[in-house]
Amino acid sequence: MATQAARLLRKLDGLFAVYKPPGVHWKLVRDTVESNLLRAVNSSPPAAPRFQVHFQLLSSGESSSSRELTVTATRLPALADHPLVTGPQFHKIRVGVGHRLDAFSSGVLVLGLGNGNTALESLYRSHVTRAYTLEGEFGMATDDFTHSGRVIERTTYGHVTQDKLERVLAMVQGANQKALITYSRVNLHSQEAYDLAVKGMLRPQDKSPPILTGLRCLCFDPPHFTLEVQCVNETQWYLRKLLHEVGLELRTTAVCTKVRRTRDGPFKMEDALTHNHWTADDIIPAVTHLRDCYTSVSSHPSFSIKHNTM
Amino acid sequence: MFVCRRCVRVLRSALLYVQPPVTPASPLPAGGAVDLRYRSVTTGHSSASLLPRMPSGRRRERRESCGIRYLTDHTEQKSASPHGQTSSSVLQQSNHKTAQGEAFKLHREASRSVSVPAAQTLIDLDAVPCPSPFEEISEEDAIQITVPSDLPPVTFTLRDYVDKSETLRRLVELGVNLSKLEQRPNVGSMLVRLDFQADVAPRLFFLKDLGVEDSQLGLLLTKNPFILTESLENLQARVSYLKSKKFSSESVAAMVSKAPYLLNFSIKRLDNRLGFFQEQLGLSAQKLRDVVTRLPRSLCGSLEPIKENLKVYELEFGFRKNEIQHIVTKVPKVLTANKRKMTQVFDFVHNVMGVPHSLIANFPQVLNAKFLRIRERHLFLEYLGRAHYDPAHPNYVSLERLVSLPDETFCSEVALASLDDFERFQKTL
Repeated sequence: MATQAARLLRKLDGLFAVYKPPGVHWKLVRDTVESNLLRAVNSSPPAAPRFQVHFQLLSSGESSSSRELTVTATRLPALADHPLVTGPQFHKIRVGVGHRLDAFSSGVLVLGLGNGNTALESLYRSHVTRAYTLEGEFGMATDDFTHSGRVIERTTYGHVTQDKLERVLAMVQGANQKALITYSRVNLHSQEAYDLAVKGMLRPQDKSPPILTGLRCLCFDPPHFTLEVQCVNETQWYLRKLLHEVGLELRTTAVCTKVRRTRDGPFKMEDALTHNHWTADDIIPAVTHLRDCYTSVSSHPSFSIKHNTM
Repeated sequence: MFVCRRCVRVLRSALLYVQPPVTPASPLPAGGAVDLRYRSVTTGHSSASLLPRMPSGRRRERRESCGIRYLTDHTEQKSASPHGQTSSSVLQQSNHKTAQGEAFKLHREASRSVSVPAAQTLIDLDAVPCPSPFEEISEEDAIQITVPSDLPPVTFTLRDYVDKSETLRRLVELGVNLSKLEQRPNVGSMLVRLDFQADVAPRLFFLKDLGVEDSQLGLLLTKNPFILTESLENLQARVSYLKSKKFSSESVAAMVSKAPYLLNFSIKRLDNRLGFFQEQLGLSAQKLRDVVTRLPRSLCGSLEPIKENLKVYELEFGFRKNEIQHIVTKVPKVLTANKRKMTQVFDFVHNVMGVPHSLIANFPQVLNAKFLRIRERHLFLEYLGRAHYDPAHPNYVSLERLVSLPDETFCSEVALASLDDFERFQKTL
């Protein structure tokens, strides 16, 4: 019979998403989740201790003149199984992290528990896209493309209009579309390529540089502007650099004030747990809720179509 | 009551097996290898290729057939000639030597043993009490036989010893976490060597007389097992030193249970450390005692970070001397807090939220709060247009209400929004 802790641990098997606040390293998020789960698992009552037979030498009552000695067998719980001696039952839980988010950025971060780590791997091998919201500010350039970096250059941005910005974005998207066709390794003149392109299912087949599959301006309020991006194989550094290059293309400079991931494959913002909810009580329902999603991932590798078509 | 005779025999043989050279062994066991060897001794011809394998085979046979062997021993002792006996005992001796060159040694000893007087060897053999399987032993004798414990000589964990050792058993009953202690170097062997009545009990009584609560004893020993090796006079002297500094007996007990290493510091070191605090903080004796009682950890740890923290408050944060004193007496924990975290929190509260020094000094607990929590709540209030920290402002939010309230009360009373809204806002950061 499995102990209660083992049963609880079996429930912790699958994928779930957390919302990583900005300024926190992803490793800290993972370690916090792991230690919270371990605390919950180890706090459940331990297995019943084994019993040991002790022989105790007893003189048989008051009639010691007869010098009769009796050995009585008593069953006592073995002290070696005491929780203070054995220590916690579990020392580690397999918690895997999906596509990383660096300390500056925030947003949906997918974590895998136990066997969910295999699903996590197959999820990323299927080249799912991720959606980001980027907030930028014109008029300044820094060494690490963020607003908190060391300022290298200041520029004017009065000449930038939304029209010009959108023209630049369309140009960037066009270049990326071209790259996508190259890396998707389909014959451009075939019916297959046409069908895929119509469905929006063209994906880079193996290793590829970061490719944007969608890019648009959400809000333009100079000097601030907000972009929405869908992409594959990206890093957050690449996205910040993208803003910088958009700035240069507009004959000004821009820095990134916020990188926020709003979707990672099938995991949306609504499912993500904020940092007050990184406990076993909240994680277990989230895992079971997303298990349906996870089974659909493993059965249909092309599950991400409905999320990608905008 | 029944003790199986075979059990007793096995026990005895186990005991005898400890002293192999004097154990008489039979020269006629059933076994080809041994037979060969016996012949080789008598004839003086030995084959080197056969011999190295012998000792192990012989020993195995010995272990398996102890009952039979003792039977033969018994008859042998009565009937065998002294000469035959010696050669067998020599055989036994050489069993325990290394295989290499055994043939030569065996040969030499066999030839030497001839010159040994027969009477002497007989005396040697008689000196060993050799029980017979048919010998009647009284019930009391049987019951007195103690089984040597099968404790492993080397182990990585105290689990193997805990059922056998009285000290460990009592410590577990007290609530000492042995699994934590065994991870520390040298602590495990120290605990095993301790005697409960002589070493542990007096110190426990001492701690109890001091006023440490029973439930705290286990935690205290888990933190500091070395208090069990400290001499009682030293402990007494340190306590009386603390009392001479006008710490009340309750506060000494509280300090010892909060900072278990306190009593391992020599009087001179304790005095130095108290002097350091007096000099650095410039507090009155009563206030200093209060600070030290609330944070006795500061006496045990390194003093360099404390000095550094005080400099950070003075130079980097720009608090005045009396403000620092006020902060320290209100929240002693700021002395040992992490410098980087404090700087992060202060930077946010002072520069982003625009709270002046005087307000922070009035509510220094804000320096102890989590940075993420402060930032989220401030940004939420700012988003709602309620972020007013100036006491003169109509809808002013005090730092205390900002920091110390739990999320639900904060949302309902300070932000006047629902918890869901707050969570949704957290996901836009």
